[in-house]
Amino acid sequence: MNALVSLIVVAVLTAVAVAGAGARPSAFVLGIVVPYAAAAVFLLGIVIRVLRWARAPVPFRIPTTCGQQNSLPWVKSSPLDNPHTALGVAARMALEVLCFRSLFRNTRSELRDGPRLIYAENKWLWLGAMTFHWSLLAVVVRHMRFFMEPVPFPVLFALRMDGILEVGVPVVYMSSLGLLAAAGYLLARRLLSPQLRYISLAADYLPLFLILGIAGSGILMRHFTKLDVIAVKELAMGLSTLQPALPEGIGALFFVHLLLVSSLLAYLPFSKLMHLGGVFLSPTRNLANNNRMKRHLNPWNPPVRVHTYEEYEDEFRTLMKGAGLPLEKEPK
Amino acid sequence: MTEPKLKPDEVASIDYVVPPEGWTRTLPDLRKGTFNYGANPKSAQYLGLPNPRAWQPMEADWKLPPDWQRIVLEGLRERLSKYRSLQVFMDVCVRCGACADKCHFYIGSGDPKNMPVLRAELLRSVYRNDFTAAGKILGSLAGARPLTIDVIKEWFLYFYQCTECRRCSVFCPYGIDTAEITMMGRELLNLLGLGIDWITTPASNCFRTGNHLGIQPHGFKDSVDFALDDLESIFGVRVEAPINKKGAEILFVVPSADYFGDPHYFGFLGYLALFHEIGLDYTLSTFASEGGNFGLFHSSEMMKRLNAKIYAEARRLGVKWIIGGECGHMWRVLHQYMDTMNGPADFLEAPVSPITGTPFENAASTKMVHIAEFTADLIKHGKVKLDCSRNDHWRVTFHDSCNPARAMGLFEEPRFVLKSVCNNFFEMPENTIREETFCCGSGSGIGTDENLEMRMRGGFPRANAVRHVHEKHGVNLLACICAIDKATLPPLMEFWVPGVQVAALHELVGNALVMKGEKRTGDLRGQPFAAEKGGKKDA
Repeated sequence: MNALVSLIVVAVLTAVAVAGAGARPSAFVLGIVVPYAAAAVFLLGIVIRVLRWARAPVPFRIPTTCGQQNSLPWVKSSPLDNPHTALGVAARMALEVLCFRSLFRNTRSELRDGPRLIYAENKWLWLGAMTFHWSLLAVVVRHMRFFMEPVPFPVLFALRMDGILEVGVPVVYMSSLGLLAAAGYLLARRLLSPQLRYISLAADYLPLFLILGIAGSGILMRHFTKLDVIAVKELAMGLSTLQPALPEGIGALFFVHLLLVSSLLAYLPFSKLMHLGGVFLSPTRNLANNNRMKRHLNPWNPPVRVHTYEEYEDEFRTLMKGAGLPLEKEPK
Repeated sequence: MTEPKLKPDEVASIDYVVPPEGWTRTLPDLRKGTFNYGANPKSAQYLGLPNPRAWQPMEADWKLPPDWQRIVLEGLRERLSKYRSLQVFMDVCVRCGACADKCHFYIGSGDPKNMPVLRAELLRSVYRNDFTAAGKILGSLAGARPLTIDVIKEWFLYFYQCTECRRCSVFCPYGIDTAEITMMGRELLNLLGLGIDWITTPASNCFRTGNHLGIQPHGFKDSVDFALDDLESIFGVRVEAPINKKGAEILFVVPSADYFGDPHYFGFLGYLALFHEIGLDYTLSTFASEGGNFGLFHSSEMMKRLNAKIYAEARRLGVKWIIGGECGHMWRVLHQYMDTMNGPADFLEAPVSPITGTPFENAASTKMVHIAEFTADLIKHGKVKLDCSRNDHWRVTFHDSCNPARAMGLFEEPRFVLKSVCNNFFEMPENTIREETFCCGSGSGIGTDENLEMRMRGGFPRANAVRHVHEKHGVNLLACICAIDKATLPPLMEFWVPGVQVAALHELVGNALVMKGEKRTGDLRGQPFAAEKGGKKDA
């Protein structure tokens, strides 16, 4: 049901793009107004969301420690999984963001007769997630060639590496296949595992369908239907240089591609996709475990009602005296 | 009244099949054995908590204040503005499911709402409904649902079926920590007066008498005297244990179960024997007679209120620094909260071991050292004479307690101590120890008799790993450094792995300790040592 809703949303977007591609005024909206609006929502939305997070204080230092602490000099500590310095935290974060360190730990538990619980390696989700995110990054980077002239070296290099297999004309990019396969895997596991289906919201399917639609339409344009690359580059350059113009000869499929991308961008700040920013702000990962070494300040640390020693001794003085315990004040 | 007895086979036949309808459409099932009783109004009143009244979760009417919805939503708004963790964790979960089978309660119950992801969704759905644009516009399509009485009942059930052990947060790609979610959930419930008695009453005792058990100063003194008599009969040496002594170098704070519970008590004997042997200038305190802090399971405010006495007492007694005994959640508070809440401890000195001269640089600000760190340092420097063969009647494994593991990373120190005091040490499988350790299933204040079924379910993964080494290596002792473990692992072992006892790390230290002038009669439990065999190892 949740999956269906998301699929319908993507189908409607596709239909809108196809319908709008035909007439010049609507194509103008789809090709220029919508991308600008989406970019604005995307940038502003991210900024607002991150500022909102950043504004909230971190009252306590609560790293999840996943390795030996730094304590006695002869005890070997674990600087990456339990860092106690800023450098260590940077390294931990880098591993987390670039290599999905935590997901790499993933295991699968299984209950067998006995009863006996078994834990097995389970790296599929990690592999799928790595493929998905790195492919997506490669796709984004190589699309920069449409928005820049001359195309800068890093983008050319990415293009070269991505197509290094030199299969097909035009060359098939590994990232296209990677993205499609990984998104397909992520969708399949959501649909096929009863537990995952149970926890999945429409908001979990929508980005996957959008990305599958984007990747699918992109691959179709590059490898199967004819696309006027010059016209697309002209449109993209116009957008990026703030001199928008709508060239002739751009097919409906491109508008589908563009509308799905715009939708994804505009949707991102309001969705779970904000994990791309949130991961950097997660207090269980981005703080050093130097809790007892260096005091952490809580900006709202409130005064609280405590029970003082004086109140305590007042209540128990006679009993304490009887037990021979030292007192601050002798009983009357 | 005879209760049908729980049977391991029945508890272990776990059905992981999810209901056909969506999770928002299943109502909370407050089944006997899976929840805790409501707070005693007297305890709530003593602490000045809202809405004190007699109530029980199995009753239909929870007697909430009339504007309960407003209270909860205002409380949530306030916490969103105070905790970045809460905001980020509300927003970024992608529901990848990596956390699901990492939770001991999910593994042991099969209830999908015990998947950490869904436990958080219980709160997230309300957050979306009232605090996000998407939720306000799209409603259930965006995963939002309005706050109803059934949602509150569901929170009560599942936020007290989480032990805040943080195992899920090890595996989460964004470090989402269900303990944070559960803590916030419980704070919100407490605003309505929906606390449980096994948290509220110990907290109220602790506020008044300094310890959870409500032991008054003379009772504390009696317990310590009793321990000293026991030590004399075991070691043949009269040991002293100063109480409320001004000007001592070190304040020693333990969880109250150490001097009142079994098998904690044998560890307490171990501490006292060790401190005597090295001639430590320390004092116990009747006022700071509890390092544990059930406030952690209630609210950050209560945690601060109960924790304040430790620094206050250190200041009053004029000690230089503090040592803390074996306790899990106590160390979560001491390590991650105390200095922030009740510091700065600028009236204390940075801890230096008076015996070895080792500065504990990792505790330079908080000025509190874990007993395992302290003892490991002693042993490393050869300051105590140990005879490992005195633990030869034990084949030992070590349970990493959740909080020292995942909030500190205290892994090697206790292992070093263990390996120095016993000859037969065996690790449990690697997915069940260190940062991946499984909870006892009864932490965070839910270790009650009325909650026994859920505890046996939650403790199943831990017990299963113990059974593995019990069968493979003949392990008969589960050592640990947590007071809740020591209280709740024995019934767990009896249920799942009969034949395995539970002990404090320092019980084994005390067993192995060769005291000057001793005339030993046996181990700290008063049992004779195993026949002289095995290698002697002097550290």
